[in-house]
Amino acid sequence: MKIIENIFKFNGGVKAQTRKSISTKVGIQKIGIPKYLKIPLRQHIGNLPKLKVKEGDVVLKGQLIAEADGSVSAAIHAPTSGKIKSIEKILLPHPSGLPDYGVIIESDMKDKWIKKIPINWAKIGVEATIKALQNSGIVGLGGAAFPSHLKMGSKATKINTLIVNAAECEPYITCDDMVMRERSEDLINGIELVESLLGAKNTIIGIEDNKPEALSQLQFHTKSHKNISIKVVPTIYPSGDAKRLIFLINGIKIPKGKRSSEYGIQMFNVATIIAIYRYISFGEPSLSRITTISGNITKPQNYEVLFGTPLKALINQSGGQKIKNDNFIMGGPMMGFKLPSIDVPVTKAMNCVLGAEPEMIEDKKEPLPCIRCAKCAEACPVSLQPQELYWFSKSDQFEKAQEYKLFDCIECGCCSYVCPSNIPLVQFYRYAKSELISEFRAQEEADVARERNEFRIMRLERERQERAERNAKRRAQSSKEEKSKLIDEKRAAISAAMDRIKEYEKKK
Amino acid sequence: MLIAILVLILLALIIGLVLGFSSIKFKVKGDPIVEKIDAILPQTQCGQCSYPGCKPYAKAIASGEADINQCPPGGEDGVKALAELMGVEYKPLDESHGITKPKSVAFIDEDTCIGCTLCIQACPVDAILGAAKQMHTIIEKECTGCELCLPPCPVDCITMEVIEENAENWKWKYPVYSLSKKTAKVQ
Repeated sequence: MKIIENIFKFNGGVKAQTRKSISTKVGIQKIGIPKYLKIPLRQHIGNLPKLKVKEGDVVLKGQLIAEADGSVSAAIHAPTSGKIKSIEKILLPHPSGLPDYGVIIESDMKDKWIKKIPINWAKIGVEATIKALQNSGIVGLGGAAFPSHLKMGSKATKINTLIVNAAECEPYITCDDMVMRERSEDLINGIELVESLLGAKNTIIGIEDNKPEALSQLQFHTKSHKNISIKVVPTIYPSGDAKRLIFLINGIKIPKGKRSSEYGIQMFNVATIIAIYRYISFGEPSLSRITTISGNITKPQNYEVLFGTPLKALINQSGGQKIKNDNFIMGGPMMGFKLPSIDVPVTKAMNCVLGAEPEMIEDKKEPLPCIRCAKCAEACPVSLQPQELYWFSKSDQFEKAQEYKLFDCIECGCCSYVCPSNIPLVQFYRYAKSELISEFRAQEEADVARERNEFRIMRLERERQERAERNAKRRAQSSKEEKSKLIDEKRAAISAAMDRIKEYEKKK
Repeated sequence: MLIAILVLILLALIIGLVLGFSSIKFKVKGDPIVEKIDAILPQTQCGQCSYPGCKPYAKAIASGEADINQCPPGGEDGVKALAELMGVEYKPLDESHGITKPKSVAFIDEDTCIGCTLCIQACPVDAILGAAKQMHTIIEKECTGCELCLPPCPVDCITMEVIEENAENWKWKYPVYSLSKKTAKVQ
């Protein structure tokens, strides 16, 4: 273990009040098993998983209820034992407030585990282990919810360095901090495991300097580990963004469109590493997570919550809001969004829930016109020109916005934070991005339709030709003799019929 | 004098050769403007423009036969994009060709379907699955919402269903906020 001192400072960023200490006074507590768990199928980036259960099925804790569909997908397991009550549309903790498919489990309160099968990765090999990891349901627990197995295996690139993201730069959020304080041993075991799965030679833990307790825990547990080093980075938001943290640690700027793995670096969040360790060494799939509840809350703290637990249970357990305004934010104050409803379950991506402080509620802010002070440009950690992007997004000039690298924006919210006119800049970028994405999708669909239409025209033409050829063949086959014979036969039949008619008339 | 003439002739020959070679080597097949127009059109293949599909309409625009405002699925944005490409003045959508509707997909009521295959023959993108006297169904993902399957159906079992907003196609909304009282006072 060694502590690396020098860091490379990135442009911009903000030094916000971190307000982390309010939720670290008490250790991680568990939320009891609720009567009903609502488990959405859409909890990760990628395809919806395929359902493996039906209404009325009895499931055990850890049993697979939905299987990953394709490689960009993650499995979902029953967080506790019970009965599948129904499969229906439930509200998601998503800014849209729209319902989506989910499974409702009626818990039997026994919390009975399915047989846990640890993976002997040294025996079955790295490739098979990574494949097995897809059934673990583990996704990036820092909030991005990207299926973790995808970050593990790529033969094309060689990973030298594993970077553990322990920066947790957003104000209020302390779930990673608490995990490191209480579960450092698991984390270090996990690091060793992930390191060997990746084939990485060394590990750097990047941690912000506002977590001395977690740091001392890490130092204590990494004493005998030569290949693990710790880098203390200054508390500047957004140091926890993957590319920012890599720059802080290694001074490597990863350009747009490239992945860190192309530079021999792979990054995992602390909680994700522990989840991988629990799955491989103990056979426990991803069933719960640590969630911070803080902000305008009576008893802010961290809880270990089963996925599917109603958010209300979490809110009630922590005593509800101090000042009642019924506004809750999922994620941190910088990047989070206001929950359209609190009638939602806890999901894999829910790292933090904030009771909204009065100043966090957008409607209370009074935006003024942009005065072109360019403070946002100074604060932008990606070195964009937020004032220009704002102008283009506001006036629906999406192509222009794209030219100004709209898609490089990481939506960190530094620009909105420093804006003296209180303009909700990030909201404009999100709007412009999603308009552009839907345009791209429409274009893709149009391309498919064009291809299918062209194929149909080609097919119809081919069928017409084939028919013509068949007819020509048939005509050619029946020779002239046969034809005249046929005609003779027909003539004979006609004359015979005529004769019969004549006879019939004669008889009359 | 003679040298000057010779030099010019030589130059003419060399340039002629290069031009002649490149006109054969770099010959553009087809009409590139048709491709560009076709890329803007929504590929619904609905025929509301009075041409049998998007490509024929693109050809008609390129030849100056058709106007740029005959495509209802493309909407006002489509007309604007075409006007910009063709370098002509924007004009509002010609409503005699129909109005812009929200994107929808066809839906076959499978209980009523008699399996006549008429809709399958009408579908421009082969998005209907079925066989004679067997139930038909729409491949939702491939359906462009052209409505061409509606008229041939003898039992009227096909309806158009508007694609509702869901968690997958949801978009962030344009930020709306009330202007500050302070601003109002200044103004």
